Amino acid sequence: MNAVVMQLTLRGLLGRRRALLLLVLPALLLVLAGIVRWASGADVFATVGLTENFAFGTLLPLMCLLIGTGVIGSEIDDGSIVYLLAKPLPRRTIILSKLAVAWGAAFVFAVLPLVAAVEIAGDDGGRLGLAYGVAATLAALTYTSLFVALSVVTRNAVIIGLLYALLWETVLGGYVPGIRNVSVRQWALATAESILGDYAYVWGVLSAVGQTAALGLLAATTVGAVVLAVRRLETLRLTATD
Amino acid sequence: MPATEPVATPGPAAAGPGDDVIHDIGFRHYDGPRLGRAWVVRSLLVETVRGCFGLGRPARSKVMPWSLIGILLIPPLIIALSILLIGGDELPVTYTQYPNALQLVVSLFVAGAAPYCVSRDLRHGVMPLYLSRPMMRTDYVLAKFAGLALAVLGVLALAQTLLLIGALLAKLPVGAQLVGWASGLLVSVVLAVLLSAITLVVAAFTPRRGFGVAAIITILVVVSGVAEMLTAVAQDRGLTTAAAYLPALDPFNLVDGIAVRLLGAESARGHDVPPGVLGGLTFLVVTAAVVAGCLALLIRRYRKVGVV
Repeated sequence: MNAVVMQLTLRGLLGRRRALLLLVLPALLLVLAGIVRWASGADVFATVGLTENFAFGTLLPLMCLLIGTGVIGSEIDDGSIVYLLAKPLPRRTIILSKLAVAWGAAFVFAVLPLVAAVEIAGDDGGRLGLAYGVAATLAALTYTSLFVALSVVTRNAVIIGLLYALLWETVLGGYVPGIRNVSVRQWALATAESILGDYAYVWGVLSAVGQTAALGLLAATTVGAVVLAVRRLETLRLTATD
Repeated sequence: MPATEPVATPGPAAAGPGDDVIHDIGFRHYDGPRLGRAWVVRSLLVETVRGCFGLGRPARSKVMPWSLIGILLIPPLIIALSILLIGGDELPVTYTQYPNALQLVVSLFVAGAAPYCVSRDLRHGVMPLYLSRPMMRTDYVLAKFAGLALAVLGVLALAQTLLLIGALLAKLPVGAQLVGWASGLLVSVVLAVLLSAITLVVAAFTPRRGFGVAAIITILVVVSGVAEMLTAVAQDRGLTTAAAYLPALDPFNLVDGIAVRLLGAESARGHDVPPGVLGGLTFLVVTAAVVAGCLALLIRRYRKVGVV
């Protein structure tokens, strides 16, 4: 990893209008959590509803997508990546440095607000917060790596990433049970389920995948995405902006 | 041209000030027809509509719009097949419900198209070139807006028409289907205008295309999710009025409410809708206000663009 690349990436990520979205969305989640608490009286089931439907299902992939495409996609888009690629740095150093920043940003802007929202909306002695926190961390790691790889591979990373995160995981996953086996969200939720133990069945925090398989799949996807991103950056073809 | 004639006499077309914009600096005269302001606007509009579908752009710009259109057109085929195989005398998804059911895909199409329409011109600083033609700033904004709205309407209308063809091939009652199709088209018009206005504003403030796409889709998806959560909360607390009006935060629900109250359609999401024609009119007024507000914002945004 390279400190200068990380510093530049961080400045690019937080220095523009993107930072506004990165701050507004978590704030919105916290306000929503406050409203849910006011409405349900700190009911755990309402918290699970808020997290499953909005925080974990929509906001987390969206934030990871914004961050993942923000660290490298915009540079490839406007062609300024050539100045970075021209430096005597291995491409894997560039990807790993950018990924480290993306993971850190995803943790700060997506995972921490999610845990805070769970605590605000109503928790049972921190149990739900811990389970969702661990699951969200795992999901954020995989989503971010996936979306960074996607933005190296294609210029339509945002649209394809959203088709995957929302259409595939949420809409199609709701109808076709088999799709739930191929879903980062379900893999991550498997950890939440096993941390919660018996409470998982009471509160309905259930996953379609077993714990061991889920962790293996998460790790394989993350590593695969990183390798793919490095390989594709090594042979990146710059095309004219359109 | 002889060298002894340093100052060229203005060409005949340059006689009246203001009606000649091909600057005659003495090299070559132009006596051909001048197509004027209306033609510039028309060309810009046609170019915008074509560009939204990737026509006249490289092949990789065609991939995304057409795959999204493909996804939008698959469900009508499946619906038609399922009626043929299983039978039944009505469509499982009505025409007015269809854009709502595929909200995400419609949003993605608009999010991909809106930054294409305006972001590049801002980013590459070519606005002065447009403005040096006999075209007002307002014309540019309205042409882009109309172009985007027409493109979105075209996609929605195509899906609705495919649904109609499927229903007619399955021998569903023709009259009812035609009425449903017409109301579906009306809903599509309102939705296309509303979505185009909102997304163009966001795109005009994000000159980077990639971020424009992300910002638009984030706003549409998050607003929809927040509207759902707030509606559920309002229902829990027994605030029926709030529960009827809160879904309208989401543009798709706003249009759905209009369809339910003014066209007598079934609601797409089963939300409560404000009662009576008055509720529908309220939603219609809100829609008009949002569109007008967005256009005003756009025109305001473009007032200073291109001034160095």
